[in-house]
Amino acid sequence: MDVLLFGIAKDIIGKSEFEVPTDDIPKSVQELKEYLIKKFPDFGKLSSFAVAVNSEYALDDVTLNGNDEIAIIPPVSGG
Amino acid sequence: MSEKIIEIVDDIDASSVFTELSDAHSGGICVFVGTVREFTQGEEVVSLEFETYKKMALKEMDKIAVDAMEKWKLNKVIIRHAVGLKKVEAPVVVVGASSAHRDACFEACRYLIDTLKETVPIWKKEMFENKTVWVSAHP
Repeated sequence: MDVLLFGIAKDIIGKSEFEVPTDDIPKSVQELKEYLIKKFPDFGKLSSFAVAVNSEYALDDVTLNGNDEIAIIPPVSGG
Repeated sequence: MSEKIIEIVDDIDASSVFTELSDAHSGGICVFVGTVREFTQGEEVVSLEFETYKKMALKEMDKIAVDAMEKWKLNKVIIRHAVGLKKVEAPVVVVGASSAHRDACFEACRYLIDTLKETVPIWKKEMFENKTVWVSAHP
């Protein structure tokens, strides 16, 4: 499972895409967030931390499928 | 028939917006142009760098335009954001609307920029003399 990273999320992990190892594949948005915060504690320090599934904001209970396009959306700051 | 322009571009030409929003059925055009400010909390900003998740950003920008056109009677709407490295004074975002009467376009214009700042996946990094900061990242 590949996760796209932007903004500070890219700096936290150190690359623009992160591959979740096969034995850790999260089943939901909630599980993905928990996995990332555990593996990269800096995610827990952000003022917000959203996930997009197929380029739409996804709530914590959304189920993840292998072919979904998943992205981490750290606090936005456009404008 | 209302029209919308939704774009993410490398550079913004803020002077084209009048022609883009001008419309025979409109009695007014309201535009907001966001630019790079030199000082943030007393510290001198050298430049800003904008990054986006373009596919999602365009979808979110389109939702904002559609919502605005439902809330107010607008003839034309524009939401255009720039990405990449921007120097002080450079325009980075242009939003605006034209409508028959001014109340609708004034209110819509504020809604467009305020909502963009809340929902559109665009990130701004402030580059100071000896550090860089992702804006809003931390509480």
